[in-house]
Amino acid sequence: MSVISLNRSKRAARWTPGADLPATLSEVFAQTPVDGGAVGFVLSQLSRGAAPVLWVQDRLSAKEAGVPYLPGVGRPFLMVHLSRPDEVLVAMEEGLRAGGLAAVVGEVWGAPSCLDFTATRRLVLRAEAMGVTCWLIRRGAAPDLSAARNRWRVASLPSARHADDPLAPGDARWQVDLFRSRFTDPGIWVARYDRAADRVDFTAAVPDRVLAEDARATGGIAGA
Amino acid sequence: MREQQGELPAHDLPVVLTVDGPHGPVVHSANRMARLAGVVEGGRITDMRAFCPEMQVDYADTGAEAAMLARLVFWARRWCPWSATDGARGLILDTTGADHLWGGEAAMLAEIEAQFSILGFSAQLAVAPTLGAAWGLARYGGVRAVCGADEVVQKLAPLGVAALRLDPGTVLLLHRLGLKRVRHLADLPRLSLARRFNRAGPAGNPQVRLDQAMGRLAEPPDWPGEVAQFRVLARLPEPIQDPTHFLAGMCVDLCAGLAAAAQGCRRLRLSVFRTDGEVSHVAVATAQPSRDAVHLQRLFDGKLDRINPGYGFDLIVLEALVVEPLVAVQMRTDGVVDADLMLGQLVDRLSARFGAKAIARPVLRASHIPERAEGRGGVLALAAVPPHLPNRERPIRLLTPPEEVRVLYAVPEGPPVQFIWRRQTQRIIRHAGPERISPEWWHDRPGSRLRDYFKVEVEAGQRFWIYREGLHSDGRGGDPRWFVHGVFA
Repeated sequence: MSVISLNRSKRAARWTPGADLPATLSEVFAQTPVDGGAVGFVLSQLSRGAAPVLWVQDRLSAKEAGVPYLPGVGRPFLMVHLSRPDEVLVAMEEGLRAGGLAAVVGEVWGAPSCLDFTATRRLVLRAEAMGVTCWLIRRGAAPDLSAARNRWRVASLPSARHADDPLAPGDARWQVDLFRSRFTDPGIWVARYDRAADRVDFTAAVPDRVLAEDARATGGIAGA
Repeated sequence: MREQQGELPAHDLPVVLTVDGPHGPVVHSANRMARLAGVVEGGRITDMRAFCPEMQVDYADTGAEAAMLARLVFWARRWCPWSATDGARGLILDTTGADHLWGGEAAMLAEIEAQFSILGFSAQLAVAPTLGAAWGLARYGGVRAVCGADEVVQKLAPLGVAALRLDPGTVLLLHRLGLKRVRHLADLPRLSLARRFNRAGPAGNPQVRLDQAMGRLAEPPDWPGEVAQFRVLARLPEPIQDPTHFLAGMCVDLCAGLAAAAQGCRRLRLSVFRTDGEVSHVAVATAQPSRDAVHLQRLFDGKLDRINPGYGFDLIVLEALVVEPLVAVQMRTDGVVDADLMLGQLVDRLSARFGAKAIARPVLRASHIPERAEGRGGVLALAAVPPHLPNRERPIRLLTPPEEVRVLYAVPEGPPVQFIWRRQTQRIIRHAGPERISPEWWHDRPGSRLRDYFKVEVEAGQRFWIYREGLHSDGRGGDPRWFVHGVFA
């Protein structure tokens, strides 16, 4: 069960994660192609449970950004390696049609012509009809026309301070930008993934200099 | 049954096909006009020209003939489930229990001959209780000879001894002995025949051949290919190009047959019998035994395009090649479909569509080497919780293979200060490690170097898993190389 705490931010009130987002298609754009933040964010948002995840990857995503690694992912998943993005969409739709899955995650490299509004619309309708969460991770692509209900942009931030070793990277932090959503207002947050407790803390990303200094002092944006 | 290539310019011209013999070309096969003119197969062309000066001579393509015969074996399974080749120009069909579908044995032979003549083959056909009797009757009996179960002795008796599948030397010997008919052989005491030919193989032993023809000696042929226990046929009055509309009904029929026998199918094959003598197949497999007609039908989605229909096909066959017992068990009463079942069906559809290699389930293996800590497991045995996760933090993505980077370091055995990966310089801000992973001596080649892994965080905020392969002083090669192996969240 993921617990999401709201930290001293009025903006964050728009984001009501306690009421879970309905099962639908969400799109995540990775800031840089090899950024692990997008995958980490998607993994942190999946429901915990015994049901497996169907993970579909096209060839370029696997070559450029690596393949999911079970010891790091830490939950059972079914891996489908495909060569073309249109096959990824077909496999995702098959996965959404079948029951018994916790979620369907697809990775598509670039902006192929098959990934148009109609294709994403199909995924949205299928996901909402079957009640299965579906995530589409995009790399090397600009956000173009899409029917995804939530669209995120995720970038890695310098990690939080390590409790024991000041030289070591601590908990992962990401800047998550929800730039379009059907269910809530857009917003930008700093998400901190607490690996030990397996939860994500969202903090509003504040442009305010004073608050930023404060955050650096307490949370530790080292090198920022 | 015997057939002969019939692509002739005209049936009223004598045509022979030749192959090279030791003393010049010999007749490989001849058409009916040439045979009437006195041409015999195996005779030399120069001799045969004396009988038939106007005959056309062409070279025989024996390789293509053999290939065609091998294809016709499977095409002949439109009449019965078992068929095999017999020598260079014969086919054996086991029509036991299949003849009534065609209105009796005589009607079946007429149908077979008609189908072969459409393909351009002339065929000599016979039905008999034994393989040997059918062989002899097809070649030396009447036209479309039908031999009942108790008529073998009397039907074979007037035929020449060559009808017993004996080699020419033995036939010649029997002729010299005055044993010209099968009945002469059958009348002899068994002991004297056995004594005379006891050292010969089957083709040179009249006693063995006689026993085989009379059914006293079993002679099971070797049926090529897979023989299905459950099969459903759709015969069409006219050739068509697309089997899609028939698939649903055939799947239902097949599943009804499977349900009656409490079986589920694991491998399924759809064959179309083309009018040009070819058979096209599409096969699918299931991860667990199934007799769900809708599911089985859906496995063929997108695969029927791969069937080459040629000029059309008039017979569709759906076969369950591999079946396993599947007893109907009620797993639960709340009306919810079992998750394992749905998962199995998903795996079936994905592997039918993209190939079995595309889909994998990673499992943990007992190894410290990162790429060996993850292996491929059985797709359906999805454990609820991974059995043992490593204690140390591992990246969520692994680059396969690891990508080499150039590094700057302050201390050779220490962490790097920066590295150049994919033409970009990454300055390292923080690091954790090293975590030393030694090679597995029982697995790795001698001379494999150890790895020192660092979790590093670069200026832009990304976290990588990099390692140094070897030490400067380990004496296993030159300077150690550095690799990026994974990406952390």
